[in-house]
Amino acid sequence: MLDTTSAAQHTGATPLLQTVALTKRYGTFLANDKIDLDIRPQEIHALLGENGAGKSTLVKTIYGLIQPSEGEIRWQGRTIVLSGPADARAHGIGMVFQHFSLFDNLTVAENVALGLDGKEAFKDISARLEQVSRTYGLPLDPKREVWQLSVGERQRIEIVRALMQNPQFLILDEPTAVLMPQEADQLFIVLDRLKAEGRAILYISHKLEEVKRLCDTATILRGGRKVETCNPKAETAASLARMMVGGEIKEVKAAASRQITVPRLLVNDLSLAPDDPHGVRLEHISFELRGGEILGIAGVAGNGQDELFAALSGERLAKDPGTIVIDGHAAGHLSITRRRRLGAAFIPEERLGHGTAPRMRLSENALLTGHAIGDMVFHGFVNTAATLKTVDRTTETFDVRKAKRDPEAASLSGGNLQKFIVGREILRGPVVLIVNQPTWGVDAGAAAVIRQSLLDLAAGGAAVLVTSQDLDELAEITDRIAVMFHGRLSVPVPTAEASRETLGLLMGGSSIEAPEAPHATRA
Amino acid sequence: MGLIEAIILSVLAASTPLLLAATGELVTERSGVLNLGVEGMMIVGAACGFGGAWLSGSIIVGALCGIVAGILMSLIFALMALGLAVNQVATGLALTILGIGLSGLIGAGFVGERIAPAPHLHIPGLSDLPLAGRVLFGEDGFVYLSIALVVCVWWFLYRTRTGLILRACGDNHTSAHALGYPVLRIRLYAVMFGGACAGLAGAYLPLAYTPFFIPGMTAGRGWIALALTVFASWRPARLVVGAYLFGAVTILQLHAQGAGIGIPSQFMSSLPYLATIIVLVLLSRARTGGSTAPAALGTVFVPDR
Repeated sequence: MLDTTSAAQHTGATPLLQTVALTKRYGTFLANDKIDLDIRPQEIHALLGENGAGKSTLVKTIYGLIQPSEGEIRWQGRTIVLSGPADARAHGIGMVFQHFSLFDNLTVAENVALGLDGKEAFKDISARLEQVSRTYGLPLDPKREVWQLSVGERQRIEIVRALMQNPQFLILDEPTAVLMPQEADQLFIVLDRLKAEGRAILYISHKLEEVKRLCDTATILRGGRKVETCNPKAETAASLARMMVGGEIKEVKAAASRQITVPRLLVNDLSLAPDDPHGVRLEHISFELRGGEILGIAGVAGNGQDELFAALSGERLAKDPGTIVIDGHAAGHLSITRRRRLGAAFIPEERLGHGTAPRMRLSENALLTGHAIGDMVFHGFVNTAATLKTVDRTTETFDVRKAKRDPEAASLSGGNLQKFIVGREILRGPVVLIVNQPTWGVDAGAAAVIRQSLLDLAAGGAAVLVTSQDLDELAEITDRIAVMFHGRLSVPVPTAEASRETLGLLMGGSSIEAPEAPHATRA
Repeated sequence: MGLIEAIILSVLAASTPLLLAATGELVTERSGVLNLGVEGMMIVGAACGFGGAWLSGSIIVGALCGIVAGILMSLIFALMALGLAVNQVATGLALTILGIGLSGLIGAGFVGERIAPAPHLHIPGLSDLPLAGRVLFGEDGFVYLSIALVVCVWWFLYRTRTGLILRACGDNHTSAHALGYPVLRIRLYAVMFGGACAGLAGAYLPLAYTPFFIPGMTAGRGWIALALTVFASWRPARLVVGAYLFGAVTILQLHAQGAGIGIPSQFMSSLPYLATIIVLVLLSRARTGGSTAPAALGTVFVPDR
């Protein structure tokens, strides 16, 4: 307490918002443990921590969605009690949610109106919406329905909605997780402008470079407690990560010598029409992936990565069996189970609902992908002991943290569930692993575990295909990189030779035929 | 009175309970709750409505009894589906079964009794105009009420902030909660409104359609009302068209039998459902994205602690 006041005097500004020993208890579990936070005007304040460190609980409390068990919130030096988000908004606290709080079948203007507190006529809201979106360079058409919009546009709605309340203090929960690099840059311009206008921002992100570049102060949470408040510009990404994890993050290391062996996965001129009108058509995709090799597919989301995953995993079948060859067997016409029997394993992007059935236990989820091979099914009956053993082995090898031995998948945090899914597939010993966005929304510690496991798998002789939007990740673990754009795949180039600029251009679709690579093989 | 006029009058009478019940269900479903118990709420509304009218001698008291009975039934549903987050489909089906049994019990004492049916409007001059006079100015009060109700519901859903919030809850309850709207309370009111409408629709049958009560007299109209909501793709204006169309089919079926036309009556009775399926197919083909139905329809919502 004493040190916070002295810090305030030190900088000569009264904190706009303070939390004093803020505590949130769920049963015996402390989600937030006596958290003190000071946020001053004209400050972009980062809130860092692993998944489950208590960041979301803290910001939800500040936004009035959760009532604290103990402690208080002070606004401009005065203690306030927030009965709900409307109350927080009335004080001047705004929030942009990580999982958008939008309504797909309502128009942009209706969505904005729902975030405001009612006294304004609908026509005035539409007019003001256009004015605010113009002022901040966030163009929006008020009459369109949200389902028609891209992810970036959806986030614009959230931000404009928050700005229309004219907040003094804005909370952003992982705003750049879903944005293209250019969109993120645009967002930073808006944030700098808000800061210049005298507002304060609380910024949650897993991207430490971004935090270093943007934020003035960083508060780090670990296990529900505040560990440190520091100046991120004076820290390195590694030192920030250390504080978050509470120890060294293991450096991801490739094995010294990896044997590149026989082709494990061949894709020959794969073309596939999308099955829904918004899908992307796959156009003449060809590549070869050998054992011991990791191939990365970069690209902005929605350029056919999901469609390619569906075609490779057998969720959608190709007409010609020869378009996909798994370990020497033509597999284009085979079902998912039969592809698994050939030694393939698949990890989709969406953890809940695609990678796992959220309301089923982990052991049941282990069975869902593990039934094809191994001892989980015996003459049509489930061998419960074997499924539980898979859960235990995965838990142990991949450090999956969970409350019970066999909880529901939905009860795990994102990082832990992802470790479980990756572990479940890797422990089956696949010869081909196809993984889509392996560390999306996962904290640094878990991401390192996952990346290392992919490297180890390749070192053991398997072929790994990684689709990711995170270029740093691809640079770290892949041997070759290709870029996907509008359903086409560029010719893979060795990762060491692929410059960020080239990849960026390819991702923007400037020239899909990589100039330095021969493209005679393309059909 | 010519045959055409007689047919139009009977179509209006047959359509009104469908329109009333479907209007209520539309509001309920727009808030994201699927209450399959319309038939049950209607039949209890019919029994209580008739009982009220018979005991008091007043059609209005009867109608109010029907409304209250419908609301009480919907509260049972709300307790289960909203309060205890039980599966809505199962709860709704159970409510219908409960309603059919309960109405038999309540109505047992009234079977065989008769009341004076709800009076028809009579405006001297206007109501006596040929053809259109009886149709436009000579209906019972429920017919006008049902049309006024749809107009009010349309205005409420698309022109008021509360209506927007209700639609928002039906589209995405997680977002609505995150913005600070009391999802469960809004849904409770929507369910109660649905119950009131279904109760009134049920009461219409013994109060105006046939002036006596027999067990099971709703005869599947609750299910037609549910189909009608889908047929109308959750839009009030289409609901009016659909209600009169479905009402006309039931009347045509009687006249077709009377005239000795050889279409099996079972086929005619199945037409509303068939039409609903065709409309659903056409809608899903016509729309390129988004969702026609309220996106959160039938899903359970449990707010964070």
